[in-house]
Amino acid sequence: MTNPLQDVLKSGVIVVTGTNTTANHPIIANYIHEAVTKHGAKLIVIDPRRIKLVDLSHLWLRPRVGTNVAWINGLMHVIIRDNLQAQAYIDSRTTGFEELKKSVVRYAPDYVSGITGIPPQDIEAAARLFATQGPGSILYAMGITQHTTGTNNVKCLAALSMLCGYVGVEGGGVNPLRGQNNVQGACDMGGLPNVFTGYQTVTDEAVREKFAKAWNVGKLPGKVGMTVTEMTATGGKDIKALYIMGENPLLSDADVHHVEKNLAALDFLVVQDIFLTETARLADVVLPGACFAEKDGTFTNTERKVLRVRKALDAPGEAWDDARIITALARKMGYEMDYAGASAVMEEINALTPSYGGITYERLEQGGLTWPCPTADHPGTPILHTHKFTRGEGVFFPIEYEPSAELPDAEYPFVLTTGRVYEHYHTGTMTRKGNALNRLYPEALAEINSEDAKGLGISSGDYIHIVSRRGKLKIKASVSGMTDRGVAFVPFHFYESTVNELTNSALDPVSKIPELKICAIKIEKAA
Amino acid sequence: MSMVKLTIDGRQIESAPGTTILQAARSAGIQIPTLCYHERLNPIVSCGMCVVEVAGFDEPVESCATPVAEGMEVVTTSENLSVLRAGSLKRLLSRHPLDCPICDKAGECRLQDLVFEYGVMAEGYEAPPKPREKVYATPLIKYWPDRCVLCLRCVTACREIKGACALDVTENEGQRELVFYPDKCVSCGECLQLCPVGALTENVSAMKGRSFLVKKVPTTCTYCGCGCQMELHVADNRVVNVTGRDDPGVNQSSLCVKGRFGYEFISSNQRLTRPLVKKNGAFEETDWDEALRLVARRFAQVKTESGADAIGGFASARCTNEDNYLFQKFMRAVIGTNNVDHCARL
Repeated sequence: MTNPLQDVLKSGVIVVTGTNTTANHPIIANYIHEAVTKHGAKLIVIDPRRIKLVDLSHLWLRPRVGTNVAWINGLMHVIIRDNLQAQAYIDSRTTGFEELKKSVVRYAPDYVSGITGIPPQDIEAAARLFATQGPGSILYAMGITQHTTGTNNVKCLAALSMLCGYVGVEGGGVNPLRGQNNVQGACDMGGLPNVFTGYQTVTDEAVREKFAKAWNVGKLPGKVGMTVTEMTATGGKDIKALYIMGENPLLSDADVHHVEKNLAALDFLVVQDIFLTETARLADVVLPGACFAEKDGTFTNTERKVLRVRKALDAPGEAWDDARIITALARKMGYEMDYAGASAVMEEINALTPSYGGITYERLEQGGLTWPCPTADHPGTPILHTHKFTRGEGVFFPIEYEPSAELPDAEYPFVLTTGRVYEHYHTGTMTRKGNALNRLYPEALAEINSEDAKGLGISSGDYIHIVSRRGKLKIKASVSGMTDRGVAFVPFHFYESTVNELTNSALDPVSKIPELKICAIKIEKAA
Repeated sequence: MSMVKLTIDGRQIESAPGTTILQAARSAGIQIPTLCYHERLNPIVSCGMCVVEVAGFDEPVESCATPVAEGMEVVTTSENLSVLRAGSLKRLLSRHPLDCPICDKAGECRLQDLVFEYGVMAEGYEAPPKPREKVYATPLIKYWPDRCVLCLRCVTACREIKGACALDVTENEGQRELVFYPDKCVSCGECLQLCPVGALTENVSAMKGRSFLVKKVPTTCTYCGCGCQMELHVADNRVVNVTGRDDPGVNQSSLCVKGRFGYEFISSNQRLTRPLVKKNGAFEETDWDEALRLVARRFAQVKTESGADAIGGFASARCTNEDNYLFQKFMRAVIGTNNVDHCARL
C-alpha cells in the first residue's frame, strides 16, 4: 500500500475493487465502515460480486469479470472530458498525460458499457464522485491482479489515482491489500527471483559484490531466476530438485493437475511445513517446522509496517523453527551459517538493506516501523511518493483493453471465478484443523446466480458438477444474488473440492500471475 | 481552530471544540472512572460512573457525553460524586452475581476493579431461581445473561465498529435484555473483546486459564496481511485464548474470526513432529541428522550433475522476514541460484 490502512478514515471517497474486504481483510473493512458512517466518506464498490460492502456503498458498479481496463479507462475518459483532472499535480509531478488523454478518448461511457455491462450513467457518476470528493483512496486485491492483464489493471488504477492527484497524499493512494500475513515481507526479503533484499537487483554487479562480500562467497549468480509458476511448469525438466518452505502449491496454483504431474517428475522434493500438506505428501523428505506462535521474528503487513512476532510456546515434538532448519542445512552443505537468534538475522538485514536500515528489534519494542526507514533515527515512511515519486515523475501508461485468455463459449457458457471466504484462509491448512471455523463453514460451496440456477434446475444444497477444459469438480451449490448471471464463484480452501483443478494457468506476461479469476466452465446438476 | 479554555480540578486546560470533558481530562492525565465508555465508540451513557460536577449546573453531568465549553469549571472528585458512583455500582451489582471465583474475567474485570476501588458491598442481589441459559448468536461465544450489566458496549461496538448490528437490546416483561441476530453475526468477537465483565466469554478452548495465571505474549496475527496485533494466552504450552491488542496504528484491538478463534491448529495432533523420509513410497520417521544429511547430499548431487539452476526454492509468505532472508541467502549463497520465489502471486 502507498498509504496506511487507517488512512481511509481521512478519505473523502473510497474505491473498493477486486477485493471482498469484509471477508479477507476484515479490519480494513471496519475502517471503511467507520470512514463512511462516522466521517462521511463516499464509497464506490466496483466488483462483479455483490460483496458485503455494497450495502454500505453510495455506488456499486458491476463489471463483467476481467473487464477492468475498460471501466478504469472509462472513468478517466469522463474525468478528462469534463476537465476534472488535477492539472497542477499532473503538470508538476507526472509525465505521459497527453498520451493517456489520447488513449482514453475511445473509452466513452457507451463504448465501455458495451464491454463491461456497467450502465453508462454509472460510469459518469463514479468518475465525477471520485474526481470531486477527494482525497480518494483506491483499495484493490487479487480481483485486479489475478488476470492475464493484471499488470495493466494496476497501471490503470495508478493512472486514475494520479489523474486526480491522489498519490502521495493523506487519505489517497493506490493500495493493494495483500492476502498473506507476510507476503510483503517475503518480497522485501528477496524471496523473488530477480532481487535481493529491499529490491536490489541481482543483475547489478555492484549489488552482487556487496552481498557476496557480506555472505563470504566468491560470487553470486547474476542471471534472473525462475518464478514459482515457471519452476513448477519445468519440474522434472529444467528443474530437478525443489525445496518448498511453507507453501502448498498443490491447492493454490492454477491448473493443479499439471502442477502435480510436474512435482512428481522431480528427482528430489523437500517440503518444510507444519502439517503434512497435499504438497508435502509428494515429497521425498519432509522437515517439520514451527508456526508463528513458536518463533521470534517479524512480519511486514500490507501497509509496509514491520511488526514483531514473539515466541509464546515450544514447537511440538522435535519440530524446529525454519531459521534453525535452514542454517543447519547450510552447515551440512559446508557453508557456515549461524546466528544468535532472530535479532541477529535482522542486524544483517539492516546492514544490507537500505529500506530496512533503521528497523531494529530495539525500536520495534515501541511499535511497528514502516519502510523505507533507512537509519536508526528515521521515523519510517507511512505514505509513499509524498513530494515526488520514488522514480522521479509519475508515469501515465496508455493501456488498451484486452479480453481475458479464456472466455465463455457455447460449450463452456459460464465464467468461473475463485477466491476466499471469511471463515477460512488460503489452502485451509490451518483454518480447517480446528472445530471453531469448521463449525461456521464446514464445506466448499459454489455460489451460483439465482437466475442461472433456475434455468439449470439447481437449488441451494444441490450437488453440481463444474467442468472446465482442465478438470471436473463436484460441489454443493449455494444459490444467491452474490454473483452476476453467468458467473460462479468457488473458494479454493478445500482439498476435497480443489477448484484449481479447473482454473487456467495462462499468465500475466510481466508479473507471471496466473489468471485465477476467470476461466470458462459448464455447470450441470449432479445426479 | 481556536481552543476552548476550561479548568478541571483547578487545572487550566485547553481543548479542541467538540472534545468531551472526559477526553479533555484524560489528555491532561486526570482519571475519571468509567465502565461503559470506550474511546472508539460514541458515548453510551449507561453506567453513570463518569459523573462530574460543573459549576453552574444543578446536577452532576456525565463527562463522557458533555462537551467542553469556554470557562467551564469541572470537579471530578468530591464526596457527593463518590456517593453517586458507589450508588451506580450498587445498581450494577444488583443484577450481577458475585460469581467471580468461577468467572473467566476475574482479575481483568472492570466491574471487579471498580467495586474494589469504591469498597461497595453487594446489596439486594437476588439470584434467579435457576441460572438463565442463553444461546449466543454464534457457537464460538458464550453469553452469561446473569452477569450482563447492560452497559451496551457490545451492542454499540457491533453496530459502530463492525457494522454488523447482530446485537440489540429489548424489553421483555419489564426486563431489558440482549437479543441476537445470528444471520447478521460474523463471529468477529468485537463484543467479547469490549465486554467489561464476564458476560461474554470465548467458547472454543476447553481448557481455560485464569487471566492472572496464563502467560500473555504480544505478537502479530498469522492470517491476512492486516498485521493485527494480538496477545496469545498460553497455559501449559498451549494457546487457550487470543485477545486483540490495542495498537492504535493497526487494529485498535479488533480481530476477525480467524485471528480470534482460529488458533486450534497450533496444538493440533496432526502437527508434524519429526522429519520424514520417503522409503519405497511410504514415509518413515527419522532424526534431524539423517534427514538433513540426505537433503544436503541430494542437493549437492543435482548441483554437480545438472548445475545450480536445476534446483529451485519456494520461500514463504507465511514465514517471518528472518526466515525468508535466510532462505534466499541459502538458495543464492549455498546452492548458487536465483531460482527463489514464493506464493505472492496466488
